[in-house]
Amino acid sequence: MVGIITYGVYIPRYRIKVEEIARVWGANAADISGGLGVFEKSVPDLDEDAATIAVEAARNALLRRNIDPKDIGAVYVGSESHPYAVKPTACTVGEAIGATPNMTAADFEFACKAGTAAIQTCMGLVKSEMITYGLAIGSDVSQGAPSDALEYTAAAGGAAFLIGRDDPIATIHHTCSFTTDTPDFWRREGEDYPRHGGRFTGEPGYFKHVEGASNLLFRQTGKSPKDYTYAVFHQPNAKFPQKVAKNLGFTSEQIAPGLVVPRLGNTYSGASPIGLAATLDIAKPDDTIFMCSFGSGAGSDAFDIEVTDAILSDKFQRDTAPGVEQLLKNPIYLDYARYAVHKGKIVMQL
Amino acid sequence: MRDVAVIGIGCTTFGEKWSSGFRELFVEAGALALEDAQLSGEKIDAMYIGNMSAGRFIEQEHIGALIADYAGLATHHIPSTRVEAACASGGLAFRQAVIAVASGMEDIVVAAGVEKMTDVEPGASTDTLTGAADREWEGFVGATFPGLYAMIATDYMHRYPLTREQLAQVAVKNHYNGARNPIAQYQQEITIETVLKSTMVAEPLRLFDCSPITDGAAAVIVAPFDRAREFTDTPIKVLASAQASDTITLHDRRDISTLDATVAAGKKAFRLAKLTHKDIDMVEVHDCFSIAEICAIEDLGFCRKGEAGKFTADGETALSGKIPVNTSGGLKACGHPVGATGIKQVYEIVQQLRNEAGKRQIDDAKIGMTHNVGGTGATVAVHILGRV
Amino acid sequence: MSVARFWRKIPQRYNMIGTKCENCHRHFFPPRTFCPDCRRTGRIVDHKFAGSGTIVTYTVIHTANEQFEAFTPYVLAIIQLDEGPRMTSQIVCSPGEVKIGMRVKSVFRRIATDGETGIIHYGTKFVPVE
Repeated sequence: MVGIITYGVYIPRYRIKVEEIARVWGANAADISGGLGVFEKSVPDLDEDAATIAVEAARNALLRRNIDPKDIGAVYVGSESHPYAVKPTACTVGEAIGATPNMTAADFEFACKAGTAAIQTCMGLVKSEMITYGLAIGSDVSQGAPSDALEYTAAAGGAAFLIGRDDPIATIHHTCSFTTDTPDFWRREGEDYPRHGGRFTGEPGYFKHVEGASNLLFRQTGKSPKDYTYAVFHQPNAKFPQKVAKNLGFTSEQIAPGLVVPRLGNTYSGASPIGLAATLDIAKPDDTIFMCSFGSGAGSDAFDIEVTDAILSDKFQRDTAPGVEQLLKNPIYLDYARYAVHKGKIVMQL
Repeated sequence: MRDVAVIGIGCTTFGEKWSSGFRELFVEAGALALEDAQLSGEKIDAMYIGNMSAGRFIEQEHIGALIADYAGLATHHIPSTRVEAACASGGLAFRQAVIAVASGMEDIVVAAGVEKMTDVEPGASTDTLTGAADREWEGFVGATFPGLYAMIATDYMHRYPLTREQLAQVAVKNHYNGARNPIAQYQQEITIETVLKSTMVAEPLRLFDCSPITDGAAAVIVAPFDRAREFTDTPIKVLASAQASDTITLHDRRDISTLDATVAAGKKAFRLAKLTHKDIDMVEVHDCFSIAEICAIEDLGFCRKGEAGKFTADGETALSGKIPVNTSGGLKACGHPVGATGIKQVYEIVQQLRNEAGKRQIDDAKIGMTHNVGGTGATVAVHILGRV
Repeated sequence: MSVARFWRKIPQRYNMIGTKCENCHRHFFPPRTFCPDCRRTGRIVDHKFAGSGTIVTYTVIHTANEQFEAFTPYVLAIIQLDEGPRMTSQIVCSPGEVKIGMRVKSVFRRIATDGETGIIHYGTKFVPVE
């Protein structure tokens, strides 16, 4: 049975509050937090990037379970802030976890759903027995243009999922996707910041694709929202996942453990994966989890997941690596000036 | 093995010498040394030149040949050799010259040191100096040269009773001496407050704990002691030459606050000269940073480990003290043109022993010592010189 | 630093691969292929260091070399790894936090870049253990 063998998360320690960003641009913090449901977001350290975050998340996953890294046959890293335009983050991760050289690797880009696309690819390679284990990572140090709406939520973080057949802690029974060519949010080559279609990112973007993939999965499996203990949706803010959950028929209790965006911000390729990790952090055997990601461009990947007994067995030691709640604790707050230095928003003389 | 004497000395002023390039610096120092020895150039049998990094500072290698050429000696076809051991390049060049004469291989040998540091941006200069440490396992991870000595200071101050004020007194004393040395880069006296208020470089070391970027050159001429009186009325005998090595990285040392290479070279020098600490009238030590002088005084054995701070604060290393240290102003006030420093130290001791040290003169100076360190202590050269 | 020179030591920079002598149990980082104590009776094998250690001494760098200027002030320390050898590394913590004797563990970070267009030098730094 193909599923999640182990998982790990990494979130940088620095934060900036929405009210601090609002102060700089003369905006009303209460309106923004009220509108987005986000209060603060994570900020990478000066020496962190999507690769270092991916490595830490992967290493955290491997701390929890006794896996020989040489048995990892594939590493895929999804991000929209890969450190290089050409030179895969996945190679650096593979090297840093000791999986090289007998493995395949590539980087994925699909806005915020590149991480879940990597999970699907690993599932295929594992299920076809081409590899024993595949590592799928979603990691980002997302950029939002100064004073743009996205600046309030674009955050940093990542999660890694090791996919395999042998005694998973959660089986992935089914996955399916809904993809179209929709220009809701994009970044041209060489540009520092992404652009978006404003309100167009809602209905024709997020909602159409999340609902499309979710309903497709319900049709293919014969299941419905009430069959799930928990649900995780892509979380660019708190409002969209709350609304789509309601539209589909999920309750606020089902989505609660996976809804970390109010305290974390939108970690783009890390968003759904971290939401899933936060849910697995508290899940028990036989819990079922519905996940549907969203990536602009656009597409959604839906998953039907069931937690197994292995999650509480000796084989999986959840406490040897920090969970999402622990990573959200003890943040170090920055003012906007230091935040701008951390994010490379200040033009330096070279 | 023959006895060796210093028969001539010369030194440029030290400082930011915009009008002097690398070659001009050497020629000036060399000419002064030849003048001092009343020697004409064609009598020189060999040259050893200490230089740390002409390759990075002025994109020039093959310094031995370059210097021989510009000294007007290329057509005499003498052996001319560049010697490198980071900041100990000068001390090693002196030792090579002494060995050449002592062995009987050569008679009249020039030992010189030259460094031109201001033809590059300060940033490039400090990065070049990091090459004195281990680039791979110290420089690459973010260590700077002051940072390494700062870690020595942190360790030392954690274990021994050295106060920040006592450490600053090292620089104050050296500036006092430098103000009395015509060639010194800094001619102004400073106070402890000057040091404590200066910019932090690497905690706990501040700007005034650190030797500066300097251009300069020095040259001395050595000859068999038996022939010295042909050239000078005041031959100064080389009583001992010792050199030692240790691990390149600070983290591999046996004891972070002790430069074992200093201990080894110092002991050997005293043994070779058949002298003890009481016999030494003054010593030039390698104060690339104030903490380096503290460790040097102890590691050479002039006081016990942990006591150099009080020793300094009590004035024992001042001109009027029990053992004057760095009468030249040291690296701090005199300046530190890297490859030249080891030779400048010999220049200063010879001046003292000849009673030519002016306002810094130590009464009845008979025996002096020099101590030159490369990197954080991976190379040390110690020499003892005496008036006879 | 050239690409080849950086690449050559990736196992040490990323994964702290050193060696140990199975005869005397002395560990080496960076790796040594010859035990200086046992000499010909030594048996050298690879050893992946656990990345745990204790701070022996430190400084806070305010004036850095060019590639590290953007990071000042930063903490530099000498760490005694649990297996024995010492190494020099940056510590990711606020300058006020660092203490001699503090326990630390390794993390994966960007060390430097070769300018704006050259390669990124990844490597190991250390963080305090809570």
